[in-house]
Amino acid sequence: MMTMNEFRSLFHNGLIKQNTGLVQLLGLCPLLAISNNVINALSLGLATTLVMAASSGAVSGVRHFVPNEIRIPVFVLIIAVLVTVIDLSMNAFVHPLYLVLGIFIPLITTNCIVLARADAFAAKNRPLQSVVDAIAMGLGLTLVLLVLGAIRELAGKGTLFSGIDLVFGEAAKGWVLHVLPNYQGFLLAILPPGAFIALGLLIAANNWYKARTVQRARVTVPAAA
Amino acid sequence: MTSQIQLALKNALRTGTILFVFALIGTAMLAYTHGRTEPTITRGQLAEKRTLLGQVMPATLYDNDLLASQQSVPPDDLLGTRQASALWLARRGGQFSGVVLEAVAPDGYSGDISLLIGIDANGTVTGVRVTAHRETPGLGDYIDRAKSAWIDQFSGKSLTNPEPKHWKVAKDGGVFDARAGATITPRAVVKAVNSALDYFARHRAAFAAPPKKEPDA
Repeated sequence: MMTMNEFRSLFHNGLIKQNTGLVQLLGLCPLLAISNNVINALSLGLATTLVMAASSGAVSGVRHFVPNEIRIPVFVLIIAVLVTVIDLSMNAFVHPLYLVLGIFIPLITTNCIVLARADAFAAKNRPLQSVVDAIAMGLGLTLVLLVLGAIRELAGKGTLFSGIDLVFGEAAKGWVLHVLPNYQGFLLAILPPGAFIALGLLIAANNWYKARTVQRARVTVPAAA
Repeated sequence: MTSQIQLALKNALRTGTILFVFALIGTAMLAYTHGRTEPTITRGQLAEKRTLLGQVMPATLYDNDLLASQQSVPPDDLLGTRQASALWLARRGGQFSGVVLEAVAPDGYSGDISLLIGIDANGTVTGVRVTAHRETPGLGDYIDRAKSAWIDQFSGKSLTNPEPKHWKVAKDGGVFDARAGATITPRAVVKAVNSALDYFARHRAAFAAPPKKEPDA
């Protein structure tokens, strides 16, 4: 159903070339709100990936039945239904996980990346490709969230993985890394402005890296330029 | 001209019907999920509430069904409530042994801080928990038991211990410590616990009265 090349290019697209956090700059609301530590970032990233995979698959499955004029309301409806179903089911059947991720699930509805992928990709492609694309995009977002979370947590509190006990239980309390002992804390990094500053630096680094790659390619293969 | 209108109408009817069908399927899915999950969710919420009550009221203090003893009380300035709130009466051997109050600290750094306060029959705090707050993450959120044990220092305190002029955070000359840089949050909590004790003192007689057979207000 899907060649290795296709698979690879979808992942390259989602993780690097069209990364939602660094390149498309979509879904910044939850990105900025939740990235104040590694555990929150990872939880939100994975929850978003799950919702995106489900909604992209569903949208792709019904794409032939949806007239162009009403595609946005139908996609919004599908996403809303799916998010609510996931929210209720997690609350009922995996309650401990829900206690950790619960607050993030409604937040996902504010993430336009879910609708963007449904409209830009899933509405035009087969279900398998759409699900893979959604997972790749979700993982790309998770990656940026993780880096952002790590930067902010390190700069803000001098730790990594604080709050891990909320996910893995009381025993995990010892897994918190105190990278900088006796750190006084840097509040700005944890507050929302810290998210903007850190994300700005990340985007700048990504752009610099891309510009350099292009320049190198020019030097080595003049014909390509 | 009429054929154009007819075509437009036909088209609108077609897309409308499709949208309607999708809405119908969506609603059916939601209704089904709701029906399947609701009993489990309600049970989970009750269990959670019971655990929470157990954290502020030690099990040795009561032998009644605490959750079933819920009563509603009108809003009161001392509780900081603007709407009716709940309280739970603890009894042991039929004797009044304590109460769990819902209270609100309205003057937190960022909005209301909802509290659950356990008080025994002598007016001594048995436990306090923050149930909802919007204080700054990493700064004012240490009042949450999941983040630090700060809230435990209220246990064993009463209106006379410490004396009223020391019912303050350390920075204001009281006995309750607070972290540097975040004093507004603990100040609000200390004040709310103190006035909840005051509320208890004024209503103790009503709490201690034998249970009446009347439906909850």
